[in-house]
Amino acid sequence: MREESMAKADTFPARFMDKLLMGMPLSDYVRTLITPFNVVAMGILCVGIPLIVLRFVDGLATITHASNEYPWSILLGWGLFSGVPLSATGYIMATAVYVFGFKKYHPLVRLGVLTGFLGYLFAVIYLLIDIGRPWRIYYPMAVSYGPTSVLFLVAWHVALYLTVQLLEFSPAILEWLHSRRVRKWAVMITIAMTVAGVILSTLHQSALGALFLLAPGKVHPLWYSGFLPVFFFVSSIYAGLVMVIAVSTILSRFMRNSADREFLGSLDTLTVGLGKGACIVMFVYFALKLIGVAHDDNWDLLATPYGYWFLVEIFLFVLVPGFVLTRGVKRDSARMVRIGAFYALAGVILNRLNVSLITFNWAIPGHLHDLIPPVKEVFVVLAIATLHIIIFRWIVNRMPVLREHPDYREHG
Amino acid sequence: MVKSRERRPAGKDPGEGRGGSREEKPGISRRDCLKALTAAGSATLIGGSVDAHAYKKFSGWPDRCGVLADLTECVGCRSCEAACNRANGLPKPDVPFDEKSVFEEKRRPTASAYTVVNRYEDPEKPGTPLYRKVQCNHCNEPGCASACPVRAYTKTPEGAVLYNKDLCFGCRYCMVACPFYAPAYDYESALEPRVVKCTMCHGRVKAGGVPACVEACPVEAIKFGKRKELIKIAETRIRNRPDRYVDHIYGEHEVGGTSWLYLSRAPFERVDFPTNLPEKPLVEQTKGFLSSVPLVLVLWPAFLGMAYAATRNKEDDK
Repeated sequence: MREESMAKADTFPARFMDKLLMGMPLSDYVRTLITPFNVVAMGILCVGIPLIVLRFVDGLATITHASNEYPWSILLGWGLFSGVPLSATGYIMATAVYVFGFKKYHPLVRLGVLTGFLGYLFAVIYLLIDIGRPWRIYYPMAVSYGPTSVLFLVAWHVALYLTVQLLEFSPAILEWLHSRRVRKWAVMITIAMTVAGVILSTLHQSALGALFLLAPGKVHPLWYSGFLPVFFFVSSIYAGLVMVIAVSTILSRFMRNSADREFLGSLDTLTVGLGKGACIVMFVYFALKLIGVAHDDNWDLLATPYGYWFLVEIFLFVLVPGFVLTRGVKRDSARMVRIGAFYALAGVILNRLNVSLITFNWAIPGHLHDLIPPVKEVFVVLAIATLHIIIFRWIVNRMPVLREHPDYREHG
Repeated sequence: MVKSRERRPAGKDPGEGRGGSREEKPGISRRDCLKALTAAGSATLIGGSVDAHAYKKFSGWPDRCGVLADLTECVGCRSCEAACNRANGLPKPDVPFDEKSVFEEKRRPTASAYTVVNRYEDPEKPGTPLYRKVQCNHCNEPGCASACPVRAYTKTPEGAVLYNKDLCFGCRYCMVACPFYAPAYDYESALEPRVVKCTMCHGRVKAGGVPACVEACPVEAIKFGKRKELIKIAETRIRNRPDRYVDHIYGEHEVGGTSWLYLSRAPFERVDFPTNLPEKPLVEQTKGFLSSVPLVLVLWPAFLGMAYAATRNKEDDK
């Protein structure tokens, strides 16, 4: 249907509107928007967006939990520290396919890159709401350099990587716009961008962990380790893999129409393959966590309440999902791999929240009383997450992400 | 390899050096250490040992000042709080400075108070109070300064650690990094939030004066002077009255040493001083990681290029 409608448009504005409305007349398009999901999304945005406005009118204190003791609240604990490892999809998939030659995963590369790009974009949006003067966000890049700071590195790398990912995704945008010549250039830089992406990702995924190295008295010793950067980097690898499984699962269910037969047909096989990679990395990560405890000789701390919580994290949320994935791979069951993938994702998020919020300031009396975020902050997070989904859907609906554009078939 | 390495020579001699004053400028040590650490990192890789003196060392501004706070002397009159409020033109507090009910809870410096005094019960003599003044400790190598991505913090030769609101974009990493929970943030301000903390009255000190709180103290519980000399005074006090003090000068070595130094009758953890801090400056915790950055930048393209070539090679064979 999309292809037929292309023919009738001729002037540029008409053609552009046609692309935006996916080839439907405006009235039809608007009618397709009335769905249960959109109604709920609308409700969340109606509450969340005014709250975001409120932050720029009355200050951060009105919407967040952040305080002098806990400078970073759930906005960053979720948006940045959990959001960035879940966005490792871009560098993982691109490296696997373009550098290591796992060509059969080609149908998932664009999905990986788009998930990564939007993940970073939205991490920055959470950040812009959280930081005091967002219009100074470019200061570390242009005004005053603080090279002793790990955050300086994070700022640079996130900015660069966001650009890299936009370039990596640009062929899809250009195909959508039928810009054949520019697309050729965009495709040519694929390898260079992939390598740049791995370097930048290695450094800033680990840097997010290294940020907390500066707070040795505050993060609980079981989570504070000289290996924090390694933990964050290694877990981002499997986070990226299971996130691709999770996102492709959801899309193959709810956005079937935007996917081509190749994508849908190969998805189960590819899912099992990704699951295989993920469970190996998870076992490596589990071993590293044990090495971390041994390195600092923290065995005695395991018998404390925080120690039990640590064991819950590494056994119930790393080892067990690892076993679920392994079993799924052994039985060649995409279904079980998918369950394991969602489970493993929960584990990654739990780990990041543990380091950035749950065990941060553990020594302060009454520490755990301050954990539950206020309703307003939850709604801000929900609103941004909703926008994230809407924009993701908007792109997948229009651009060749889950399918190959008939005019631009790759050979791989 | 990422694990930060202890690079100080073993023994009691702290990095800041009590007697030996070095002349190098401070900026150099940070920048150069990155270079030196890259070398050190590669040395570790090939199995060599890291020479502690392989890079230029800066042991702090020689004449930096500090304040010695003697908890055994403080009477909890809060004159220092009042003087600080006046000297810095801070907003009028909700309860007046002669009000003692504020001691019922533990307070901390906020966006409208650079310093607060808290009351504890003396664990040795139940029933008698023990007061502790809280403010920025003006570290020798400040964690906040190492954390700041825009270099909004400066360690002045006089000892104060100063914050520049014109550079700050409000990421609050300095607050995460500060082991003493000193910096506060203006969460109420929508468009111009600042980090707020004690300046050790830098202007007054530069003009030859002493910080307002020190001047206001009626019992000389806080004493301003050259840090080197304050340590000697503190040692003498401990030696002369071992019954009165625990044998520790808090701030002499904690996180590389601080400008504010404390003497107490009660063990320091009993009056809420963090006692789980490393003795080396906080910047040492991230040095190892930052030194690995150039290595990754250089080595990764080579490794990935190799992997790419190997894949292509396999394809050609087919």
